[in-house]
Amino acid sequence: MHRYITGWLSGLGSFGLLVKEVIVSLFTLRVAWRDLIYQIYFIGVKSQTVVLVTGAFTGMVLAAQAYYQFHQVKMDTATLALVGVSMCSELGPVLTALMVAGRVGAAIAAELGTMRVTEQIDALRTLATHPVDYLVVPRLLAAVFVMPILTGEAITIGIAGGYVVGVHLLGIDPVYSWHNMLRYTTIPDFAIGQIKSLTFGGIIAIIGCYKGMTCRDGAEGVGQATTEAVVYASISILISNFFLTLLLGRLFHII
Amino acid sequence: MIEVRDLKKSFGPQTILDGVSFEIQEGESLVIIGRSGGGKSVLLKHIIGLLRPESGAVVIDGEDITHLDERNLIRVRSKFGMVFQGAALFDSMTVAENVGFALRRERKLTEKETARKIAEALDMVELPGVEKKKPSELSGGMRKRVGLARAIIYQPRIVLYDEPTTGLDPIVSDSIDKLIIRVTECLKVTTVVVTHDMRSARRVGHRIVMLHNKKIYATGTPEDIFASTDPVVQQFINGIADP
Repeated sequence: MHRYITGWLSGLGSFGLLVKEVIVSLFTLRVAWRDLIYQIYFIGVKSQTVVLVTGAFTGMVLAAQAYYQFHQVKMDTATLALVGVSMCSELGPVLTALMVAGRVGAAIAAELGTMRVTEQIDALRTLATHPVDYLVVPRLLAAVFVMPILTGEAITIGIAGGYVVGVHLLGIDPVYSWHNMLRYTTIPDFAIGQIKSLTFGGIIAIIGCYKGMTCRDGAEGVGQATTEAVVYASISILISNFFLTLLLGRLFHII
Repeated sequence: MIEVRDLKKSFGPQTILDGVSFEIQEGESLVIIGRSGGGKSVLLKHIIGLLRPESGAVVIDGEDITHLDERNLIRVRSKFGMVFQGAALFDSMTVAENVGFALRRERKLTEKETARKIAEALDMVELPGVEKKKPSELSGGMRKRVGLARAIIYQPRIVLYDEPTTGLDPIVSDSIDKLIIRVTECLKVTTVVVTHDMRSARRVGHRIVMLHNKKIYATGTPEDIFASTDPVVQQFINGIADP
């Protein structure tokens, strides 16, 4: 028990130090555009398929499920409003982030973990390069940059999927439901989703990098780091989402 | 130039170094020998600040580097080049990108000058024309050479070698030894080699220190060490296992 607590505390400490180094680096670093663009391509462009499929089917199932419930109380045309609000502020950002955590968080942890166990990170350090500047910051900036875009895509295709299912499959009136969606889905809903996605992007990249850079030796170490990166990032996304919903909801309604 | 003072290091309950002290003069070629797992590589990593000791000091040109943070260590590390045991080439990059890494990070030279320097460094390690290959396409000996080219391209004053001949056949090992000697002489660098290859130690070193039982056990010229009558030194040189 004692060892577990000290291990946990020292892990928290080294995570804090990594965050500190990242902040120092963000203020002093000259960005290597080539690395940043490659990471944007890898994290953003290559994640699109999985994000689009997730978004589309989430919107579709949401429309179907909402319709079944609303139909009982004769509120069919509220279906798309529900799809719009929940895709923009909750499901869009959270599900996109969970999918990206699985794909990108794991890849970052595996890549940096392998670099660590093959001494490539030590080699970087001997070549007068800070690993945080070279490895962490481009991934973090790229993730924070692409997540709102990916989330926007998921929301768009989710609503489109919901529309197709609702209007063409279940026969909801297109004009009223579209009108209701625009009426109930507000700018703050969309803004909340975008702010969340920025935060989730940061969480995925920094946990992936931290797990990779502190991974234990051997194939088993890399495997464990990869699994932990995905699990920790996913849990952090879900927990922070709850608090962000409370905080941002309060903030936007005051404004 | 390099001074190691009473260095102590342990990983968890296991003590690796327990009061190691020695000095390295400018231009000298020092070989550190000792059993596998005896802390040679750990010692080498302390010299370049990759690891931090529990106590003791590593002094480079009069500056104690043990308390410097990572960003200040970057300045000190530009004096060093290091060749890793497994070469530690960046496997996502080509040979040319590996070798030119430090120069491109500095952003002082034009692309043309960088390419010329890369070609020069690869010539120095007798590997011309492999610029476009990936590290995975190279043999073990070639990788070590590329690792050396990467370490010397920015003209460091000290070059550290971690087991440069381990895992190579005797002929390739010999060529690496010659290369180390050539780099030491041509570039006038201070050389520190960690090895358990006695043939290599004899050829490369101006001086040998032997690490045994977490401490420096013996020190002297290769002739002294090989002529030593000490049973522990003799046992190591002749490679005799405990009965």
